[in-house]
Parts: sequence; structure tokens; C-alpha cells
Amino acid sequence: MNKTVNQKAWFLVLPVVILVAFNALIPLMTVVNYSVQETFGDNTFFWSGVRWFEQILQSDRFWASLGRQLFFTFTILLIEVPLGVAIALTMPKKGPWVSVCLVLMALPLLIPYNVVGAMWNIFALPDIGLLGKLLNSIGFDYNYTRQTGDAWFTLILMDVWHWTSLVVLLAYAGLVSIPDAYFQAAKIDGASSWKIFRFIQLPKMKRVLTIAILLRFMDSFNIYTEPVVLTGGGPGNSTTLLSIDLVKIALGQFDLGPAAAMSLVYFLIILLTSWIFYTLMMRNEEQ
Amino acid sequence: MRISKWLVPTLYILFLMLPIYWLVSMSFKTTNEILGGFSLFPQNFTTENYAKIFTDPTWYWGYFNSLAYVSLNTLISVAAALPAAYAFSRYRFLGDKHLFFWLLTNRMAPAAVFALPFLQLYSSIGLFDTYLAVALAHTLFNVPLAVWILEGFMSGVPKELDETAYVDGHSFPSFFLKIFLPTIAAGIGVAIFFCFMFSWVELLLAKTLTSVEAKPIAAVMTRTSSTSGYELGLLAAAGSLTIIPGAIVIWFVRNYIAKGFALGRV
Repeated sequence: MNKTVNQKAWFLVLPVVILVAFNALIPLMTVVNYSVQETFGDNTFFWSGVRWFEQILQSDRFWASLGRQLFFTFTILLIEVPLGVAIALTMPKKGPWVSVCLVLMALPLLIPYNVVGAMWNIFALPDIGLLGKLLNSIGFDYNYTRQTGDAWFTLILMDVWHWTSLVVLLAYAGLVSIPDAYFQAAKIDGASSWKIFRFIQLPKMKRVLTIAILLRFMDSFNIYTEPVVLTGGGPGNSTTLLSIDLVKIALGQFDLGPAAAMSLVYFLIILLTSWIFYTLMMRNEEQ
Repeated sequence: MRISKWLVPTLYILFLMLPIYWLVSMSFKTTNEILGGFSLFPQNFTTENYAKIFTDPTWYWGYFNSLAYVSLNTLISVAAALPAAYAFSRYRFLGDKHLFFWLLTNRMAPAAVFALPFLQLYSSIGLFDTYLAVALAHTLFNVPLAVWILEGFMSGVPKELDETAYVDGHSFPSFFLKIFLPTIAAGIGVAIFFCFMFSWVELLLAKTLTSVEAKPIAAVMTRTSSTSGYELGLLAAAGSLTIIPGAIVIWFVRNYIAKGFALGRV
């Protein structure tokens, strides 16, 4: 749409700017303040420069959390995106079953995060949970509270359960927007179903899939409550993701300086990656 | 081919329903039965867990508290986002693209980063442990999202609608309220759905900003599991009840849900 230049439009965005600035800028400045200061708990602060940043960037603990975080995020993206597209492709396009499918699939998205964690916690218990009991009875030695591999398996399965539907719904929205004429034309040309997917469906889903990947990237990088309730970051530190570690330092040990420095590094990683995605998305749109 | 078409969505939905079934089934068991051993169905069917929730004020107030701040947040977010989304969809102005991205960055902000500063900010202005505090804190991620969704829907409305209305003698407020808002009613519905959803499921900020008066149901659950032993049946019942508001909201927007998830831009 060709937009008109109108500087008075700023008045229309003003409420949003005030609201978000209050919520974002003041806390962000607080974090920046803490990140360059030292305190001994009596509300006096001393300038400490970039010491906390050096400390964080040189600590093995931070890199280990970041490594686990990246492993988690890329694993779930690699599973959820192809799986979501595959399910969207097989979903009915018309008829009463569409609503049923959509409502049932959207259900996990609306369950509070800690309930998701608690639900999977009791679902996967090795002795009295359905999943744990099942895995053990078919011969696996499964116990997610003791074994690192099992904890990761449960964590990833839980995230796939929780969020694949988001990818399905987005991909589905892209698919139903393709006019029937495209498919008829492809049929006349004798295109195989792979070719239809590659040259008609996939290009049409490009935009929604970018949104899906962007949302899944941001949200999986921010994930906190579900793994805390499910595994508590354990066994040991094996499933301690970035935000869990951050909350441990900030609210658990009240090490404000290092926690603030870590927050900023954390936020910058998300910001940079999202900016790349966003720029790519906008470039697509302008074409 | 036809069978495989049905098979994949059916299996997927089955996979989604299994943990939910387990939670609901557990909520009808006694704690003894749960801890006593493995059973697929409740052997001694009991509604005791639900009875406890509906008679204990700390439990049922948790639900009221959650619904109160979620509704308040949805109202604030959508009301503030409407004019802003209109501006983004219709006009070019100084810094518009940067502003849009800046808003989106707040959708990306990890709640863990903001937990402590939020606690200090809302305590210092005397809003700690109120609905308003949680509702305002949740606007951090809901306002950008609402702007994003509404802008998508508004861009789909031809500009001729605005121009015709002005020719007919409507002022901006009269056009916006009487003509434009009804036109994008579906988009508003979707925005409400998303704001409700993300405020309802978030816990870290809600828990940090409340202690007694405005404590959300989800936080009541975490407290119970730690203080009064491990009452799994009660926990399962409370968890099952938190699914209901979400299910109701999905049912209302089911026809727009696909389009809504694509942020109105398909």
C-alpha cells in the first residue's frame, strides 16, 4: 500500500511508545547501571567499568550455559519446523474437521508454562507416569531425573509437544492461501507432488515460515519456566539453559553485577539474530 | 495415499492429547492411588481434589487473580495498539521503521532479564502485588505483538474506505470508532486472543511481581507442591482447570486462528 507522509501519526503511536518505554527503558537502564557497578549490599555503588563483562565472558559457566542453550534451540528448530510443515501438508483443507484439528492442535499453546512443565513432570515419571512407565516396560532404562540423556530427551520432546502446533498453524495458514488454480495447472503439467511442494507450496509458505522460525527462535532462547519445573536444570547442571542460569545468579545469589552483564550479553545475542531474520523478512516483503 | 493423509494429523493429535489425558486422569485419583502404583484409569474415582480447590480461597482466588490481570492486560494492550497499528499501516513518519523494530525487540526480551528490575520499578511506584503491576508488565511483550497483528489486518483494508468516510464528513475519531473498528473486528478478535494467551501462560513476571493479593493460580500451584508435601492429585486438578479458559478462548476464534497465527498477512 502506498502510504502518505504524515508526521502527526506520531500522536497515534504515542500511547504505545510511553507504555513500552516505561516497561522497557527504565528496567534496561537499571540493568545497564548494575552491569558497570559494584555493590556491597548497603545501597552504595562503585564504578567497576567492564569488569563484570570480562568476568562473564571469561567464565566457563556462561559458555557452558550458552552452549546448552544453542544446542536446545537448534535441535527444536530442526525438529519442529520440518515436522510442522509435514503435518500442515496432510491436514484437511475443507470441511468440519478443519476446526476440530485447529482447536485441538492449538490447545497446548494455551496452557500456562509451569502447568506444561508439571504435566510433563508427572507424565514422564519412570514409575507412575505414562511415558516413563511405557519406555521402561519396553526395555529402556529411562529416568529423566537421574540420567542426562533422558533429561534432554524429555525436555526436547516436551518442547516439540508444546510448540510444533505453532509451526503447523502458521504453515497451514500459508497453504490455504494458495489458489486452487495453481494446483490444477500443476496437475495439467503432470508435476509430481515433490515438485508441487518445492515450486508452489514452499515459496508460498516462505513468509509464514520466517515468522515461525523467528518466533520459535526468540521463545526457545527465552525459555525458562518449563525446564525449571520439569528438571530444575538438572541432573547436575546438565539442562541449565541460559535464562535458568541467569535467574540463579540474579535472584538466587543476588550477584547483581554479573547477572546484569550476563543479561545484556544474552539480550544482545537475541537482538542481533532477530534483526538478521527481520531484515531478511522485510526484504522479502518489499520484493 | 488417502489413509496416510488422515494418519499423520490423527497421530499428532493423539500425541498432543496423551499428556493432557494423563493430567486429567490423575486429577481424579487420590494421592494414595497415584503414589501407590501405575494405573491407566482412576481406580477409585474421586472429585475430592476439585472440591478442595473450589472451597479453599487461596486456590480459587488464584484463578480470579489470574483472570483479572490477564483481562486488564488484554484491554490495555489492544486499546493502546489500535491507534498505533493504524498509524503504521496508513502513514509514513519520521523513524517509523526503527520504531516498529524497537517495539518488536521487546517481544524478544527474555523475561528473566527483566524480572529483577521490574520488581524494583513496581515496588518503587507502590504497585507491587497489584493486578495493575502484572497487567502493565505484560504489556512489554503483548503491546508489540498486538501492534504487529493489527497492522497486518489493517493493511488488508483498502485505503479508499478511509477516504470515502472523510468525504462523507466523518471526523477521524468518528470514522475510526464507527467504521474502521467494525471492519477489522476479526483482527481485533485475533489480537485479543493472542494477548490473552501470552499473558495467561506467562509466569515468571507474574510470580515476581505478586506476593499475596494478586498471586496468580500458576504460582499458587508451585507453592503447594513445596510446602504441603507433594500432593500430585491436587496439583493435577489445578493444572487441568488452567486449561479450560484457554480452550474456551480458542473455540471463539477457531475460524480466524490460522489467519491470526500468520499475523493477518497471508
